[in-house]
Amino acid sequence: MPVSSESRRLPRLRFNLWSAGALIIALAVAAPIFTVLGLAFTDTSDIWTHLYKTVLGLYLERTITLMFGVGIGTLVIGTGTAWLVTMCRFPGSRIFEWALLLPLAVPAYVLAFVVTDQLEYAGTVQSTLRDMFGWTRPQDYWFPEIRSMGGAIVVMTLVLYPYVYLLARSAFLEQSVCVLEVSRTLGKTAWGSFTRIALPLARPAIVVGVTLVLMEVINDFGTVDYFAVQTFTAGIFDVWLNMNSVGGAAQLSSVLLLVVLVLIVTERMARRDRKFHHTSNKYSELPSYRLRGYKATLSFFACALPVLLGFIFPASVLSHYALSFYEETLSADYFSYVINSLTLSASAALLAVVIGLFLAYAVRLSEGPWIKIAARIASIGYAVPGAILAVGVLWPTGALDQSLSWIGGNFGIAVGGVMIGTIVPIVYGYLVRFLALAYGTSEASLGKITPNMDGAARTLGSNPSQTLKRVHFPLMRGSLMTAAILVFVDCMKELPLTIILRPFNFDTLATFVYQYASDELLEESALGALTIVGAGIIPVILLSVTIAKSRPGKL
Amino acid sequence: MSRILNSMGIAAVAVSALLSTSPASASEEVNLYSYRQPFLIEPLLKSFTEDTGIKVNVVFAKKGMLEKIQAAGSNNPADAVLTVDIGRLYGLKQAGVFEPVKSDVLEANIPAHLRDPEGLWFGLTQRSRIVLASKDRVKPGELTSYEDLADPKFRGRICVRSGKHSYNIALIASMIAHHGEGKAKAWLEGVKANLARKPQGNDRAQAKAIYEGVCDVAIANTYYMGKMQTNEKKPEQKQWAESVRVTFLNQGASDRGAHMNVSGAGVLKGAKHKAYAIKLVEWLSEGKAQKIYAEDNFEYPANPKIAVSDIVKSWGDFKADTLSMEAIATRREAATKLVDEVNFNEGPTS
Amino acid sequence: MSDLHLEAISHAFGDNQVLSGVSVNVAAGELVCLLGPSGCGKTTLLRLAAGLEPLQKGQIKINDVLVADGTNSNQMPPEQRGAGLMFQDFALFPHLNVRDNITFGIDAKNKTRRAEWLDHALTSMGLVGYADAYPHTLSGGQQQRVALVRALAPDPRILLLDEPFSGLDVTRRAQIRTETLRLVKQTGVATLMVTHDPEEAMFMADRILVMNEGRVVQDGTPVELYSSPKNAFVAEFFGPVNKIQSTVHSGKVKTPVGVFDADGQKNGTQVDVLVRPEGFRLANADEKPHAMPGDNLGNTSVVLAVVYARPLGRLSHVAFKLSTGQVIETRVPGLFLPSPGDKVSVSVNAHQAHVFASTTILEAR
Repeated sequence: MPVSSESRRLPRLRFNLWSAGALIIALAVAAPIFTVLGLAFTDTSDIWTHLYKTVLGLYLERTITLMFGVGIGTLVIGTGTAWLVTMCRFPGSRIFEWALLLPLAVPAYVLAFVVTDQLEYAGTVQSTLRDMFGWTRPQDYWFPEIRSMGGAIVVMTLVLYPYVYLLARSAFLEQSVCVLEVSRTLGKTAWGSFTRIALPLARPAIVVGVTLVLMEVINDFGTVDYFAVQTFTAGIFDVWLNMNSVGGAAQLSSVLLLVVLVLIVTERMARRDRKFHHTSNKYSELPSYRLRGYKATLSFFACALPVLLGFIFPASVLSHYALSFYEETLSADYFSYVINSLTLSASAALLAVVIGLFLAYAVRLSEGPWIKIAARIASIGYAVPGAILAVGVLWPTGALDQSLSWIGGNFGIAVGGVMIGTIVPIVYGYLVRFLALAYGTSEASLGKITPNMDGAARTLGSNPSQTLKRVHFPLMRGSLMTAAILVFVDCMKELPLTIILRPFNFDTLATFVYQYASDELLEESALGALTIVGAGIIPVILLSVTIAKSRPGKL
Repeated sequence: MSRILNSMGIAAVAVSALLSTSPASASEEVNLYSYRQPFLIEPLLKSFTEDTGIKVNVVFAKKGMLEKIQAAGSNNPADAVLTVDIGRLYGLKQAGVFEPVKSDVLEANIPAHLRDPEGLWFGLTQRSRIVLASKDRVKPGELTSYEDLADPKFRGRICVRSGKHSYNIALIASMIAHHGEGKAKAWLEGVKANLARKPQGNDRAQAKAIYEGVCDVAIANTYYMGKMQTNEKKPEQKQWAESVRVTFLNQGASDRGAHMNVSGAGVLKGAKHKAYAIKLVEWLSEGKAQKIYAEDNFEYPANPKIAVSDIVKSWGDFKADTLSMEAIATRREAATKLVDEVNFNEGPTS
Repeated sequence: MSDLHLEAISHAFGDNQVLSGVSVNVAAGELVCLLGPSGCGKTTLLRLAAGLEPLQKGQIKINDVLVADGTNSNQMPPEQRGAGLMFQDFALFPHLNVRDNITFGIDAKNKTRRAEWLDHALTSMGLVGYADAYPHTLSGGQQQRVALVRALAPDPRILLLDEPFSGLDVTRRAQIRTETLRLVKQTGVATLMVTHDPEEAMFMADRILVMNEGRVVQDGTPVELYSSPKNAFVAEFFGPVNKIQSTVHSGKVKTPVGVFDADGQKNGTQVDVLVRPEGFRLANADEKPHAMPGDNLGNTSVVLAVVYARPLGRLSHVAFKLSTGQVIETRVPGLFLPSPGDKVSVSVNAHQAHVFASTTILEAR
């Protein structure tokens, strides 16, 4: 049984509806990114010399440290727990399957506040310690500085590991048993099978997960600002707001983009010649290793810790505060915030998944590199800090509005702000930001379907669209659902784009929280924050169920 | 494929039709972009609506407002902007988005040095950036000027929020205006060396730090003191306030006075509800609004006819630095660069 | 009923020239095999016929309709060609059961044909009762049959089989081959099959095209290819051969096992004489080997020493050494097991000996 099949090529379509459509859409989604790049040219003052002489080195060092720390943390926690939960049975493993995803529902800034609130000098933990040990002054004992690089790494790891967990788990679930058993008969122990076969085969998925995580780390501003960690992104905002240079900020963002592009390209080149689809059609129940004794206990705690710190802890603190302070913030408007958040997120999720699928399929059908490049560029919005991306969105939509007004004016129709005054810019912004998730998921999922499947359908009389509908879509349902849920949860939490792009009389739960959180009024923000978390729980559990069901053959 | 396009098209149209809030049209309302949190200005706006029947729609953001205004061009839905410091006001003025307003009411209510000579912006309140000194550990008179903050006797005793925050940038800008870049840089280095910890948190967190014994001296805006002193919901903040003394700096007979900043407003060019916008700004400069600013927000009203609240009064009278807001605003970039050069935000050990 | 014409097909993947001027014709009802080593381009040819690769050079006609011309980028897409293709890895749709897989290519509107065909297919392939099963629960042989039936279901104009039996265990292969051949012949569809197994090709095909490095080396019936190979490559492809080197003198080639006709080679040419193991006739040293029906033994025999002899059931494998030191492998029917060192009488059936000019040993490639 061959482990990997040679590459099969697909029918090539010349310039046609698929390619054309894909290019147009990709360009539309990439427009804000191009805007940012374009803005970079508008600043002629030399901020680089200043930065280079002063803080650039520091920014880079901090950013790299952060990326490294969070990257390793999420990799270890995400992959390790995914393996434990998929391949082993120990007390609580069934629950951990979905519980490990719960931190997805918690916005990073919320966790940051909660952690700081509880762990700082006046917080519960230190106060308790002081009571217990009779210390009275900060000089009496040592406690790690919460607002530091370490704190930032811990918080971001806890919030972001679910991405890696998710993707690793999907990959592990899809393993063909044959491959694992072959590995064992060749003398590998369970640990050996993990490291030499399962892990490498799951590599593309894990890499996608870690890449998403790293991009989140790069573009984050709120959390690092709160933890007083000066990253490259902090520099971007500094140049923008204090040196009044959008162009300068755009320049810095473009550099970030470049770095991310290089990262992605390098990774792709590294796995270019290897193919990862399984060729065995045999799938049986995955064998699970029963763990006992200290191994079981260790596994239990290894899984319990992230859930505890990343979800239970913030959720309980928020609940406590929400109960005490909700009168401050509960009003009729609160329910409109909930509705707004839900509808916005749902629409964006649907749109993102559809577009992501469309692009991924168009790439699959084409042979030339252009569509693929366009799709790549369209999905790099993730790497741009939210507020800068918002500026990137503003210009095309504003220009579109102006054109529409001008056209309307010529016909005597008064066309007001069609885009700017509505939620269209926000949905557009979400799309640009989160397409990477949807496209990446579709791409990975399509990659697991052997091109011969396409060939079979085509020779049986099915054109590309019909094939997508009858063959690919049913096979990808699980992943598409996953992508939709991920985008949904992310949109619920999204802050910077929403703040800047929203129209009048439109607030989401996130902006509601932001009002108070921006002044570090955690207690007042608790109600809104708790709602965001609560709204995320069900999708997250749904997510876990979807993945568990995605094992081929389990139809 | 057509099926997919169809569904997408339908989805997009449905979504925007269902959810698009109609852009504010010609009705009794005014659209406001605010840099101040809604919960802070709600009481004011509610009162305005009661008085005038004009509804106020607010969008709150701390960045991106200017770009939003510029990108929308003639389709800009906002009528006016409310800011929390001179930096934003000045930036908007420089970008040319403000409409000059000629208003007798505003000219009467707002002193000339607190508004733009061309009527592009109007200061509504003032706040001073002062020192909160630990009652226990700092003797009165030990710290009398901003320059003192760099004195080595305060090594390891100072807490402040991020050097890049606009309130601090304004302060540093004023130092540059008064002493020139070279001396200002030396001063900043001195302050950095005196920090008790890495700059973090907001202004109130610094008072908290003094209460906890982490440091002895904090730099904060005046109104936060008022907020802490009257916080019923979180009584621990009262304790923080209790532990510190409000100290106005540079009060000597020939000294320049305490650093001031303004929050203010301006009317945007091409505003669809210009008249209402002007009315709003005028109303904000009038007694009722100014009183709310004074009583509820513990600020110094720009309107000289309105008295400060009792709490504010309890901090004492003080001499204010008459340095023009413009002078501060133009030096903000230089100030920010100084913070980088000195690497202020890394804290005392670096 | 349609036929398939592939004319002067050339194809390259980047710098790699995979096919050079290949022409294949398959008449309706005919089963033609493309036989050759891996990498010789045969699968590519199949994919070009199906329309899964864009044609670069040459022409493809199905039933006299030009479906692809290398000079024109407007080529008929696969779904319109009516070319059924069965993949090496079967490519069954995992989310559909057997019934839905098989009827995938039949229009939903054509319900009666659906039911008809389904019954017929399931019965004739011994899959009755499996209609609702999913592919992953089927054995390899069952999957192959489903894949074949699926390809035939929409009544294709031509049928393309890509190594259809290579994924099956050897023991089942014979039976499945027979069934496949029966079904294909029943439908009468022009079939082009790709394989690297010569025995399979000989069993299934009406005609075989031997390919090597992108070119057709020989095109003929199985008998023709086996008995009259055009060159050493073809001869060697159909089974192991003993290669004896010699030179042509006076129109004859003299070897330690006999003298053979020069077969058109000029005097003085270095030649290889290829003799199949089954072309030897052996007897005890003092006897002359018996001829089998159709043999041409000449009247000569030589006596040679045995190296070893092994029984293979219905054959015996006897190896003996020539005076030159070369070891010759032979296979004879029945049990003939001399001991090492014994002498045997050896004759060669001239029909199973082929003379070709030497290409390998002395020439640098």
